[in-house]
Amino acid sequence: MQVLAWLIPVSLLLGGLGLAAFIWALRRGQFDDPEGDAQRFLTDDWDDHPRP
Amino acid sequence: MASTYQPGISACPACDAAPMAEALAENGSAGAAGRLMLAVPGAHCGACISTIERTLEATPGVRSARVNLTLRRVTVDAAPSVTAESLIPVLAAAGYEAQELDATMLRPTETDRRSRELLMRLGVAGFAMMNVMLLSVAVWSGASDATRDMFHWISAAIALPVVAYAGQPFFVSAWTALKVRRLNMDVPISLAILLASGMSLAETMQGGEQAYFDAALSLTFFLLAGRWLDHRTRAAARSAAETLAALDVQRVTMADGRVVPQAELRPGDLVRVMPGARMPVDGIITEGASELDRSALTGESLPVGVEEGARVTAGETNLTGALTVRVTAAGKDSTLHRMADLVALAETARNRYTSLADRAARIYAPAVHLLAAAAFVFWFLSSGDARLALNIAVAVLIITCPCALGLAVPAVVTAASGRLYRHGLLIKNATALERLAEVDHVVFDKTGTLTLGRPVPDPLPDDPEALSVALALAEGSAHPLAQALAEAAQAAGVQAAALSDRVEVPGHGVQALWQGQEVRLGRAEWTGGDAARDGAGVQTTATWLQLPGRRLAFTFTDRLRPGAAEMVAELQARGLTVELLSGDSAGAVAAVAEQLGITDWQAGLLPEAKAARLAQLADEGRRVLMVGDGLNDTLALASAHASISPATALEAARVVSDVVLLGQSLAPIPDALRTARSATRRIVENFGLAATYNMIAVPLALAGLATPLAAALAMSSSSIMVSLNALRLR
Repeated sequence: MQVLAWLIPVSLLLGGLGLAAFIWALRRGQFDDPEGDAQRFLTDDWDDHPRP
Repeated sequence: MASTYQPGISACPACDAAPMAEALAENGSAGAAGRLMLAVPGAHCGACISTIERTLEATPGVRSARVNLTLRRVTVDAAPSVTAESLIPVLAAAGYEAQELDATMLRPTETDRRSRELLMRLGVAGFAMMNVMLLSVAVWSGASDATRDMFHWISAAIALPVVAYAGQPFFVSAWTALKVRRLNMDVPISLAILLASGMSLAETMQGGEQAYFDAALSLTFFLLAGRWLDHRTRAAARSAAETLAALDVQRVTMADGRVVPQAELRPGDLVRVMPGARMPVDGIITEGASELDRSALTGESLPVGVEEGARVTAGETNLTGALTVRVTAAGKDSTLHRMADLVALAETARNRYTSLADRAARIYAPAVHLLAAAAFVFWFLSSGDARLALNIAVAVLIITCPCALGLAVPAVVTAASGRLYRHGLLIKNATALERLAEVDHVVFDKTGTLTLGRPVPDPLPDDPEALSVALALAEGSAHPLAQALAEAAQAAGVQAAALSDRVEVPGHGVQALWQGQEVRLGRAEWTGGDAARDGAGVQTTATWLQLPGRRLAFTFTDRLRPGAAEMVAELQARGLTVELLSGDSAGAVAAVAEQLGITDWQAGLLPEAKAARLAQLADEGRRVLMVGDGLNDTLALASAHASISPATALEAARVVSDVVLLGQSLAPIPDALRTARSATRRIVENFGLAATYNMIAVPLALAGLATPLAAALAMSSSSIMVSLNALRLR
């Protein structure tokens, strides 16, 4: 059962990372325009290099 | 836009309290300096995004532009010298109609903030649910003693703060309802969440076997998902409706040339109204003469001549001459707004409509509480163990908690609204679908609704000489009749005659010299006719041509909207009765009715008469759908069982309508009725599914056999089933 002492903090940490990523994405407005994002990746703009 | 906020509900009557309070708190804070917002209703695809962004970014002074396709707007980051007005022609050149969104229009960012907040709660609840579920699975599969207690404590540490944070929308709404001594769906929801958490904490402290932390969290998660869907559907509709509102006059030119926002006008100010513009205020003409198109207010399709001293009303369109108007009432005091107030009164009647979700909640909430109380009393009396009795009562509350009920309506409404939006229909009111589904009688307005509100000349007379003079005269005027005539004559290959000294006489017509003699094109009485005699002979819209020694009339008819005939035929084929109520003259109405095959029509009606006819129909037990666009229809639109208005309608009419028709064609209307019917069917099915699941689960809970595992299984499976059923919508 010693392994639990490791696994539980590890699982909480990983879940916490996922939550942090979600909060970051939400704050950056990544869920504001689902319809536009669905279309945007189809365009060729900025395919060669990232938007300055 | 607090005034247009439509109280509407899916699963919870009091959720409305929160956004309402928020709307009051909003103060219309403008965006950061240098950030402009434009509405681009025409954007609909990936290519549109690139075109718009590239066009804007190529404009000097613009630093960056970003299109939001969901809300159909573009945010521009630009140097202070760039104004939204200067960008509109740039976008127009690229083929996109754009409108400036002013400070009040920027308020939807508040809606966005709320949507983000809900999404955040949803995400946090989801994260916590998964983690706690992980620990619960360990407990269900046999962890015991110290290990189980430790897992329960960790679950508690995750669940309690998350429930306190994520459950707030329910707690707030339940509290608001309780304060006014009402029960809504959020009361049993909050009670179940709180009791589940509290009871689980108590069990954990005592080293008990069963903890419902996962149930409390999944309940929060699923219900938040329903609430978020609901919010998004309504936010999209609201933002599109606000975009339409931006079409109305916002800036007004003063007589001294200053351009001011409409809100700053005061009675006594002098305002200049150019031909083609909509009257922004009520007032008296102090200078100039013109013709006014009053069709939006009265339904008359014939323009009315006005001159100095005449009264004008906000909402009328100025046709020929520039006018200077002394303001008698502006903004909230204008006729337009007073009409809107009247309408608000009629609307409250419709808001009393109880949605399916409300009716379900009304039966559901007391039943659940009674069941739980009965379970507690029974088990306490029969076993004498208060802890056991309490556990069973809480299990009943948790297991009956309206997870599926909370999703039943929003899932279907989201699917249906999305479908109708793609067909060019905007559902503004949450209960609109249910009301549309019940409709059995449809009433139409004529001018601007069944017709485009734009005159087209009847077949031109075979008179080359007259036609060429008429064309040459008509080219000199911005009057819609003259322009339509010129267009038709050009299309027929007529060559314009050579004229000299052509002048437009505002309010009357155009005159010029042709072969040394005076010729005129314009109103009957001005072209040497007698208004009474001509008016009796010609029932339809007409303009007169006066040639040396003779006179000639060109008559016009308003063209039907595309899809109008098919729509009427389809409605009648489905057994709905169709009726036409218009404020226009009998001749014009009869012609349209005949063309469309409508046998039931009335002409020359005042707004009150239209509303009275609707009230009469309602008394006969008919469920009426009103389709109209003018100010004269607003009262009828508001008092009808359900209402639709085209996007070209006046704001007042759009505000009171449940559904706004975005395109020109009327063809989507039967489609809307069909979708509404199938959506209502799905909602009822969903309630059925939720009830079935309760019928199985409740006896188990009452018998004390419910375990956290059973609760978790039942809750997830019923929620998924309800969502899948919503997706079956066709």
